[in-house]
Amino acid sequence: MTTVYINKHLVEVEPGCTIYEAAAKAGIKIPTLCHVENQHPKGACRVCMVDVEGAKAMVASCTTPVSEGMKITTNSKNVREARKFVVELLLSEHCGECKTCVRNNDCELQSLALELGVMDITYEGERLKRFIDDSTPALVRDSGKCIKCRRCMTVCNEMQGVGSLFAQGRGFESKVGPAFDQHLDGVTCVQCGQCAAVCPVGAITEKEHIDFVWDAIEDPTKFVVVQTAPAIRAALGECFGYEPGTLVTGKMVSALRLLGFDRVFDTNFTADLTIMEEGTELLLRLKKALVDKQQVSLPQFTSCSPGWIKYAEYFYPEILDNISSCKSPQQMFGAVAKTYYAKKAGVNPKDVVVVSVMPCTAKKFEAQRPEMNDSGFQDVDYVLTTRELARMIKQTGIDFKALTDDVMDSPMGSGSGAADIFANTGGVMEAAIRTAYEIVTGRELPLDNLHLQPVIGLEGVKKASLKIEGCMPEWNFLEGVELKVGVAHGLGNARKIIEAMRGGEEFHFIEIMTCPGGCIGGGGQPRFTTNEIRQKRIQAIYKEDEGKQLRKSHTNPEVQQIYEEFLEKPYSHIAHELLHTKYNSRFS
Amino acid sequence: MTNQSNVEYQDCKGNQIHEDELYDRLSIIVKSQRTVPGALIPVLQTAQNLFGYLPEKALRLISRELKLPYSEVAGVVGFYSYFSTIPKGKHTIRVCLGTACYVRGGQDVLKAMSKELEISVGGTTQDRKFSLEVGRCFGACGLAPVVMVDDETFQRVSPSKINDILNSFE
Repeated sequence: MTTVYINKHLVEVEPGCTIYEAAAKAGIKIPTLCHVENQHPKGACRVCMVDVEGAKAMVASCTTPVSEGMKITTNSKNVREARKFVVELLLSEHCGECKTCVRNNDCELQSLALELGVMDITYEGERLKRFIDDSTPALVRDSGKCIKCRRCMTVCNEMQGVGSLFAQGRGFESKVGPAFDQHLDGVTCVQCGQCAAVCPVGAITEKEHIDFVWDAIEDPTKFVVVQTAPAIRAALGECFGYEPGTLVTGKMVSALRLLGFDRVFDTNFTADLTIMEEGTELLLRLKKALVDKQQVSLPQFTSCSPGWIKYAEYFYPEILDNISSCKSPQQMFGAVAKTYYAKKAGVNPKDVVVVSVMPCTAKKFEAQRPEMNDSGFQDVDYVLTTRELARMIKQTGIDFKALTDDVMDSPMGSGSGAADIFANTGGVMEAAIRTAYEIVTGRELPLDNLHLQPVIGLEGVKKASLKIEGCMPEWNFLEGVELKVGVAHGLGNARKIIEAMRGGEEFHFIEIMTCPGGCIGGGGQPRFTTNEIRQKRIQAIYKEDEGKQLRKSHTNPEVQQIYEEFLEKPYSHIAHELLHTKYNSRFS
Repeated sequence: MTNQSNVEYQDCKGNQIHEDELYDRLSIIVKSQRTVPGALIPVLQTAQNLFGYLPEKALRLISRELKLPYSEVAGVVGFYSYFSTIPKGKHTIRVCLGTACYVRGGQDVLKAMSKELEISVGGTTQDRKFSLEVGRCFGACGLAPVVMVDDETFQRVSPSKINDILNSFE
């Protein structure tokens, strides 16, 4: 251990750790605008400066390693003045339209300026020409607000391995963005929005759909239905002062009704439907491979995460056939809402407006994909992020905390626990196995509390195997087969598991979620998501699952009903038309 | 980013080389550097030596072969003033803006030159005949303002003399 003195207090820390980490261990908060948890420090913002005795100048604490006996001052007039100076310089280049900025009251630069007592714009400096990139359906970049902290670049490159954003140019003229001022829609951006999730200011945000949704709600000719993804209920509360990991399912339903939606439904319903289709697809692929000895693409990859789909289209087009043909739960919902439900409710499908609330920015992209019009209309009209829903609730003055619990409408409002866990990394896999195992053996998955423990948690790449024994006669070909599954979250980890597969490692089924932690850590979730918060949301989701009677997708009565009344059976012709799709390479 | 296609290349002996040949050469070099850490900058230097500038196609090839995001390659190119994505003209005009030339009207000469050629500093004319740069003293202050075109020096240049200078080059 290394001994250092922080503000005269002795602290023992891991050798080689940075001053920033040492201070955090001692419970001392050093402000930063560029640091990203668990990523290599950049030292870009210079806000985290501290005094080190004997050093020629102040140092950036995030990039300076501790040394034995180091005497560090994190809080003195000198240090505060220096930080204030840095923030003043950042403000001199920042389009500080705080009053009209979407990050007003949720901006790290704004809070830090207040904290440090910046009460004046001290330097009215020259500014670069402002450039707004709203080329994609999901994200808007505003160079005028960018403070070049490079957090977006860190997550885009080091965490996601996408590499759409990088520091361009030099000195005063430097900016962060795609090569040669290209727009995001011209590069390999997967629209995951992790950049928007870490941006300290309003330089990258989701493309808002709030006004479109208000217009639809106000329009008396429209029948507006809303679906909410499972990850919302474990995070929305954070926008209203609840502790991370507080489940607010019932209050969320009440709030959605008060906002004026005609029906409040659950994406969980179509998550269960996804399991029926995707599980069947997997079993059919295995049958083709093992019984019919046909050439078939295995392992099967999950297809719920639109960022992952786009990533595969760009970087791994050769495995597109391995990706399940199932649409994501969001898109299945849109397709059945404008067919099955419209007919049931006696509403003209052209008047049905489907709004989804998603923890995700890529879902905005997914909704407008040309493949997603199988109902005869755009299946999903508008997509709100968790943050946007919170803003809408605030706009109406609803006292969220005072709301009573309500339940979703029926049908399409019921979801099993297996659907809830779609929000977590490893959840889709576990949900699929709960159902597939029971279909094949006729028995419930013999695991403690139905959990496939090895695929739970924040490990980047997780693997599990499950021996299938005691098969029903029609699934006899699976007797004794060791089902090998893999799970990765964060696209950097997706790359690792694909490379492992190419290296010869055997898998039958692989779940990929674009964002770290899964959807609970999505690019549209309340800021700022740390691993601690991811864990809490994950726990909340498992709690929701375990609290339900209904924990397996195939036991969801509403799912059984839609097959009886409309879809016939999993993988039927009509199911294919509405619930499945195909993707094409974007490799160039 | 400019993407010129009708570019002619010459080797050191003045023989014409086809563009494809240069890409073949670049490809071989890049492939040999695939596993070398920090290969990007030397590879970019090589490419610039081959083409005289860094065309988009070469940067795409480098990005693909070195498995580096295109945004990162562009970031490095943009960071170093040594690298240029604009092709050089047949002749390089350098207008001196050193102290002596500056006080004797170098700025006016530069403005006029820029207007005449319809390019700004750092640019190349559409026909790729001239590139325009700024010089920082050629050591001929007694002759200010000075303009150099390739190796030739022009003294006491005024905006009215510019056409004669340009016309003397093919």
